[in-house]
Amino acid sequence: MNPAEIAVSYYTILRKDMVRILRIWPQTFLPSVVTSALYFLIFGAFLGSRIGAFGDIPYVSFVVPGLIMLAVVTNSFANVATVMFSAKFFSRNIDEILVSPTPPWVIVAGFVSSGVVRGVLVGILVYLTSLFFAAVSFHNVLVVIVFLILTSVALSLGGLVNGIYAKSFDGISIIPTFVLAPLVYLGGVFYSVEVLPEFWRGLTHVNPLFYIIDGFRYGFLGSSDVSPWLSFAVLLGLVAVLGAFAIHLIRTGLGLRQ
Amino acid sequence: MDKPAQDNRAAGGSFSAGAAWTTDAAPGGAPALAVRDLRKVYATGTEALKGVSLEMPPGDFFALLGPNGAGKTTVIGIVTGIVDKSGGSVSVFGDDIDRHPQAARRHIGVVPQELNFNIFEKVIDIVVTQGGYYGIPRKIAYPRAEEILEQLGLHDKRNDKSMTLSGGMKRRLMIARALIHRPRLLILDEPTAGVDVELRRGMWDFLRRLTAQGTSILLTTHYLEEAEQLCRHVAIINRGQIVAAGTVRDILAQLHAETVVLDLAPGAAERAASLLPAFRAAVADPSTLELEIASGHSLGEAIVALETAGIGVRMARGKAGRLEEVFMKLTAEGEK
Ligand SMILES: Nc1ncnc2c1ncn2[C@@H]1O[C@H](COP(=O)(O)OP(=O)(O)O)[C@@H](O)[C@H]1O
Ligand SMILES: [Mg+2]
Repeated sequence: MNPAEIAVSYYTILRKDMVRILRIWPQTFLPSVVTSALYFLIFGAFLGSRIGAFGDIPYVSFVVPGLIMLAVVTNSFANVATVMFSAKFFSRNIDEILVSPTPPWVIVAGFVSSGVVRGVLVGILVYLTSLFFAAVSFHNVLVVIVFLILTSVALSLGGLVNGIYAKSFDGISIIPTFVLAPLVYLGGVFYSVEVLPEFWRGLTHVNPLFYIIDGFRYGFLGSSDVSPWLSFAVLLGLVAVLGAFAIHLIRTGLGLRQ
Repeated sequence: MDKPAQDNRAAGGSFSAGAAWTTDAAPGGAPALAVRDLRKVYATGTEALKGVSLEMPPGDFFALLGPNGAGKTTVIGIVTGIVDKSGGSVSVFGDDIDRHPQAARRHIGVVPQELNFNIFEKVIDIVVTQGGYYGIPRKIAYPRAEEILEQLGLHDKRNDKSMTLSGGMKRRLMIARALIHRPRLLILDEPTAGVDVELRRGMWDFLRRLTAQGTSILLTTHYLEEAEQLCRHVAIINRGQIVAAGTVRDILAQLHAETVVLDLAPGAAERAASLLPAFRAAVADPSTLELEIASGHSLGEAIVALETAGIGVRMARGKAGRLEEVFMKLTAEGEK
């Protein structure tokens, strides 16, 4: 395919999912907004004064970046995992793309981009919601944007791999519930690793989502548990590894072809 | 990606299927489809294809005829890139599916046996989106999709959700989807299975018009009649092997032929075979010859020819034809 055709095919994949995401907005956008509003209410208005502050930052402001990341991570992952799994399992309409000349990397880029659009939009919505409950300021907007987008890319790639491998509907709910959720919650959404005992702190440092959340939070607060450059490197590494793996899966047809 | 649109529609012609979509039906080019020694073992261990070879000239209307489970869908899956082969090679208009997958895929439009569109999508969206995967922008794909849906009698339904279509309409929708990028080779996997007689005739007419304009068509079927009515060439597949291939006329003649086994003097079979070209004589062993007695010929004729040449016939007995087993299976399924 020439570049113009590749652009058309990429746009086709992306557009199709955008239409779906916008049509079912109560399922795609609303849940994260409602959940995070509840968190803000509980940790801000109800418990905030008891938990106290992290340094000179009120607790609720500390929690905002973590809750945005929680929404970005879960939405990006779920979007791509669900779309890929349904397309190969229910209607088998993944074959529509597989019989076409669209190259594997364009298929990956298209699916991932729709996960990123959803993840980023939900992230922005959660941020806007947080403004009702907390004073949120940016230390470095560029860091926030880079971490937001790359995180969404990484998790969308993860969702794609999950969707390709899943053999049943359970397959796309087990990973988010039993792997992803613990990694996010224990990755420091609600606390700084400094508050953890030695053992848990060490363990947290092998959790890639810890770096993602920590780096993102640096963009807001200007302080972090580890260097934002280290976090950035971990995130880039994650994108590279998952990206190569996803393209490999589509090219060899593992899990998609018989 | 698609060739420049050649709009040869007859002025005022009521059937817009008159557009010449392809012009390269000229004989002598690369075969529309060349399948060599194709093998497939599924992950379950099922050996679905045991060395299938086919060749389809450009512009041909070709039937792959075989009972259920013969391996038809597997062949098509491999040709269209959704099943991985275990061995062999496939090329489409000279483009090898491994070495030039993009080029090979552009040539092909496929109508699968099972429905595989998203039933929540609108009819026209399914067709236009498919065009997008081939790099055709919406502003070109949209009017083209409308035109194809019109030809297939689905224009009224274009804005309906595809789940509201009847069975026959769903199949026609898949044909429309397969044609959006104007493929040179249209592949249909059992397009008329479960479609009522009237609709079947309509679909046959549509396919005939398409092939008259130069599109090469490969269809699989387990209806002998379908192959007979539509196709120029036919290959019969059974248990993953091609058991007969040729023009429809030849194959039908073979199907209706009786096979007779002749016991001759030891060592005489070779020479006897050379004397009986009209009987498709096959040497089973040096003293045994198998003959097919097609209509217009008789056993007596063969025996006289042999006796005249000094070859004595000790015994003649009947035998089940090579194709009889397959044929009986086909008829049994056709009646279901
Ligand atoms: N995905 C699959 N996994 C395992 N075996 C399969 C699969 N698809 C088809 N087969 C087997 O391969 C053989 C050929 O099947 P198929 O190509 O569908 O035949 P046909 O289309 O002629 O009915 C059958 O024995 C079938 O059971
Ligand atoms: Mg089949």
